[in-house]
Amino acid sequence: MKDAFGTPQSLLILGGTSEIALATARRLVARRTRKVWLAGRPSPALEQAADHLRDMGADARTVPFDALDAESHTDTLGALFADNDIDMVLLAFGILGDQARDEDDPLAAVRVAQTNYTGAVSAGLICARALQAQGHGSLVVLSSVAGERARRSNFIYGSSKAGLDAFAQGLGDALHGTGVHVMVVRPGFVRSKMTAGLDEAPMATTPEAVAEAIETGLRRRSETVWVPGALRVVMSALRHVPRPVFRRLPV
Amino acid sequence: MPSTPAPESVSVSGWGRTAPSTARLVRPRTHAEAAAALDACAERGGIARGLGRAYGDAAQNAGGAVLDMTGLDRVHTIDADAGTVVCDAGVSLHRLMEVLLPLGLFVPVTPGTRYVTVGGAIAADIHGKNHHVSGSFARHVLALDLLTADGTVRTVEPGTPLFDATAGGMGLTGVILSATLRLHPVETSLMAVDTERAADLDDLMARLTATDHRYRYSVAWIDLLARGAATGRAVLTRGDHAPLAALPARARTAPLAFRPRQLPPAPRFVPEGLLGRRSVGLFNELWYRTAPRSRTGELQKLSAFFHPLDGVPHWNRVYGRGGFVQYQFVVGYGQEEALRRIVRRISAQRCPSFLAVLKRFGEAGAGWLSFPVPGWTLALDIPANLPGLGPFLDELDEEVTAAGGRVYLAKDSRLRPGTLTAMYPRLPDFRALRQELDPNALFRSDLSRRLNL
Repeated sequence: MKDAFGTPQSLLILGGTSEIALATARRLVARRTRKVWLAGRPSPALEQAADHLRDMGADARTVPFDALDAESHTDTLGALFADNDIDMVLLAFGILGDQARDEDDPLAAVRVAQTNYTGAVSAGLICARALQAQGHGSLVVLSSVAGERARRSNFIYGSSKAGLDAFAQGLGDALHGTGVHVMVVRPGFVRSKMTAGLDEAPMATTPEAVAEAIETGLRRRSETVWVPGALRVVMSALRHVPRPVFRRLPV
Repeated sequence: MPSTPAPESVSVSGWGRTAPSTARLVRPRTHAEAAAALDACAERGGIARGLGRAYGDAAQNAGGAVLDMTGLDRVHTIDADAGTVVCDAGVSLHRLMEVLLPLGLFVPVTPGTRYVTVGGAIAADIHGKNHHVSGSFARHVLALDLLTADGTVRTVEPGTPLFDATAGGMGLTGVILSATLRLHPVETSLMAVDTERAADLDDLMARLTATDHRYRYSVAWIDLLARGAATGRAVLTRGDHAPLAALPARARTAPLAFRPRQLPPAPRFVPEGLLGRRSVGLFNELWYRTAPRSRTGELQKLSAFFHPLDGVPHWNRVYGRGGFVQYQFVVGYGQEEALRRIVRRISAQRCPSFLAVLKRFGEAGAGWLSFPVPGWTLALDIPANLPGLGPFLDELDEEVTAAGGRVYLAKDSRLRPGTLTAMYPRLPDFRALRQELDPNALFRSDLSRRLNL
């Protein structure tokens, strides 16, 4: 069960090698979380992440999970929820792709969309149903500012996050009053291995800062969290910039 | 048997309005309906709920059933000569006062609110300002009817393991259906109250230690925002039921009148942070300064003395959407240094906590998970969205545990399961009895899940 500050005792991470997710897990394990399931494609990195959380005192396990294999989601996630109450699900999987290359390789672009969007739709719906049945819990969805307005430089990734963001908002409204809390997290540019080698955007942040914002959001039962918080204002202004001007902005 | 309407799914939270969860709400009106309601508990368990004054998650059950017991509201028999009453578990202490005061009887123990049910009072083994004299609520329970997981109703008497597990057992041994209570005779419905101020914590503890035994009711309201030399300054209000002879002639015509006044309820929406350090600090300052330095024998209404906050319905809303946490702990006599340290830490942390309450407990009751043990208890309210509050309270838990103390489950919404074992040594017995009586854990609550009770 979550405590008065929204800190969960059990946590399921979908996308168990995500740096933001692991930073969040470390933070929550230091507070209250005892059970962690890291769901992801089996890999040494996934096992290593679980080992690290175990060293911190958590009961961490890995679960084989592939976002692209939507047909397996019901069984994989259903089995987890059948045996356990899960206080928080962190939907953290996602790939950035390579915009320049993907524009010439439609199948690669589709894989970005399928991972970030359709994979999340399937996993999100299954988790939402299960959380609703247990009458409590938070579904935290890692979106991105890239989904707020499509940009020339990464609109394939951005459009997939836009779909995910809209989906999560709607899901949150659908679950309003059911005891299940859906929180959409929109980080800006996060310095991580996913963005290694890319030019840093303004207002760049870190996985640790996102984790802190998630913890605060849980406490406040927020529906939308921007990281850093000032992005809320910046993006609401950028959203209204006319297309011809926006195209020329160095963002 | 009358058919009961399909249970409704509702969001349920405690008085502190933190961590709500959804449950099917069933409202039995008879003992038979209560027994039938156990069917609704099959899937994810069920828990009895009274008037929802437990601050945390004791009376909520995510995804399962919550039995709203306020439909069981009959006062069955009153024996005025023996001073006992038999009533349903859903009867509130407010109702009991309305019924009993005209007969010159008063509830044996009342907490800071009249709006708790008898069932809840037993399940949390509540205490009041008279704990140092009268002990906790369960001490005055002569018998209770308990609906257990196998569907039978057992009459449980003090001195049995089931009674000791049920008193303070947070509703996890079964559903309390009715109880027989021993009452306290009174001549009037007024209180004769002595008020005095204590300049700091040491002064306060000295005054309480020296003269508490003279009063049936005793409490100190402590200003936790005061710093420096004034740390722990407090106003002591102590008294007893006024005898008839103490009343002025005019009041003697209706000495047992009970007409508590109520203000309009707190608004539904209150901006976050209304109760910040500045506003609460100002309130505490004014309230300390305006309290009489020393006054004796003042006649006060029952409601003003015992239940000042009941005058504002839904006062818990003043903390806004984020809700609040109440932290109440007890440390034994001889652990005064730990108490001083904790008070200093709270004061240094600048928690915007108004009207914290310090009190001395008397003898412990028999309940295995019953909270009161001889010593000092401090209770304070803190807005839940105060940054850093969670880790800060964890540190206080460590202080309390190191001093051999404990935290009150009826107020808890954030304890760690591991800490609890150290605080309640009879917890293994409680678990064993539950395992035997209710192997499928039919009775469950968010509290029992969180703390693995």
